Amino acid sequence: MIDKKDVKYVANLAKIKIASGQEAFLEEQFSKIIGYIDKLKELNVEGVEPSRGAHITRDVFREDKVVPSDCREEILKNSPSREGDYFKIPKVVE
Amino acid sequence: MKDLINTNASQLAEEIRTNKIKKEEVFSFFKSRIKKFDPVLKSFVESYDQPVKGEGESSLSGLPIAIKDNICIKEKKVTCSSKILVNHIAVYNAEVIKRLKNAGLNIIGTTNMDEFAFGSSTENSCYGPTKNPWDITRVVGGSSGGSAAAVAARLVPFALGSDTGGSIRQPACLCGVVGFKPTYGRVSRFGLVAFGSSLDQIGPITTDFVDCANLLNIICGHDDKDSTSAFIDVPDFTKALNGNVKGLRIGIPKEYFSQGLNQEVKNAVEEAKKIFEEKGAEIIEISLPHTEYAVATYYIIASSEASSNLQRFDGVRYGVRAKGESLEDLYTNSRGQGFGDEAKRRIFLGTYSLSSGYYDAYYLKALKARTLIRKDFDQAFKKVDVILTPTSPTTAFKIGEKASDPLSMYLSDIYTISTNLAGLPAVSFPCGFSSEKLPIGVQLIGKEFDEFTLVKLGSAFQSCTDFHKEIPKINYE
Repeated sequence: MIDKKDVKYVANLAKIKIASGQEAFLEEQFSKIIGYIDKLKELNVEGVEPSRGAHITRDVFREDKVVPSDCREEILKNSPSREGDYFKIPKVVE
Repeated sequence: MKDLINTNASQLAEEIRTNKIKKEEVFSFFKSRIKKFDPVLKSFVESYDQPVKGEGESSLSGLPIAIKDNICIKEKKVTCSSKILVNHIAVYNAEVIKRLKNAGLNIIGTTNMDEFAFGSSTENSCYGPTKNPWDITRVVGGSSGGSAAAVAARLVPFALGSDTGGSIRQPACLCGVVGFKPTYGRVSRFGLVAFGSSLDQIGPITTDFVDCANLLNIICGHDDKDSTSAFIDVPDFTKALNGNVKGLRIGIPKEYFSQGLNQEVKNAVEEAKKIFEEKGAEIIEISLPHTEYAVATYYIIASSEASSNLQRFDGVRYGVRAKGESLEDLYTNSRGQGFGDEAKRRIFLGTYSLSSGYYDAYYLKALKARTLIRKDFDQAFKKVDVILTPTSPTTAFKIGEKASDPLSMYLSDIYTISTNLAGLPAVSFPCGFSSEKLPIGVQLIGKEFDEFTLVKLGSAFQSCTDFHKEIPKINYE
């Protein structure tokens, strides 16, 4: 069963701050969903290989060729905060 | 101006080619319909005053097309209907956009969707829900609900959507149009904002199979920029139109006709089955025994992939940044304020399934269940050429009806998600109406890379039925 502690733990891993007052709501809905997906527990998968994708059966290689991608300015323009050609964030190193 | 809504896109293109009408007139015709109806329907996120113009030639050149808001169009906004990306401008064209432009199509705008494609009703959009043109108190389905509604209301001749668990087929079903999800790897995902990378696929939403075949011809094919793109030749899908379906074997999986299926939907799908029988197809009962595990398997895998793909939205490089003293606060505040409730639920579920101590019980177990679900289809396709099922267990539900119960919303994808887990092509098309005059859709699922047979059967169905020709009388018209 999911409790408040689990919700807090997952929120921390997912780097999502839960607004105050939303904990109970999320806990209830999250419990319901987990309760449903626990249905898989009754399925016997002994000896079954996992599938990671659809038809992909080989690695894909291509020539390691330099191609121009002249969009640095456009990428930086999308950032909420920049300084020159850098993304700007709060100070990390003390 | 001439009324263009009773003409399909392919005929319209023919009229442009033969100079019966100018492409500029076609653009302004649809633009004026958007202006008239979209303030109520809200199917568009943005409709451009000037189209993004294509240059090449094809059977569809000169026509406008609408694009789901999670596909990159260079120098235009791509927001995934999320607050966290609300001002984001695409810096490059998706491969499908490049192909549409090279085929001479003109992009008219972007369409509404559930945030990051998380949903089955288009209610999880930061712009608010799109209304169903058949009954504006009802949902359009999702997540490509804006594209489906815009095509159904003839605000645009056709559109592109994306399908991770039914997001093209279910809204197409609820809006009474044709929605096609090609085989995984058939259409490049380059430039599609990733949700579940092993499941996502772009596909067309059209009013009929003629337009569907023509659009598939343009968007399908290998692309070096998508490492999961298939190295398999693409046939000319228009050659499948009006083909002979005699002798084709159609499988009916008994698990798809059990509890939870609305009686009117069941009846309409049974009628569709009879039409194929009359055309000479053979109907064979089959079993897909692991169907009952598909929803749980899907929500674990799709949410795990989503939680990983959405890590990049951190308030640093994209969109909206919330205040934060430290970098950690900046991340958690930006994501806490930027993501909507459903996005949070999916990220939580995915993070939980992948986390230490739960990985084997959830994520790995789901990958193994996925193998069993795929094998069910492999077995079935030894006996049949295609599989026929309902697309959705019900017709369009009321706006708000399932909003507070995410689980019942997840279960509305019950007939569509297995095909994404197996990577198979599938299409939904109209096969009737309920007593309340709401569209009902039927789904055909094909063998891997056998979209051709789906087009053949779908066009055969439409050659002797008129459901796809009905246009909603938008009740404020």
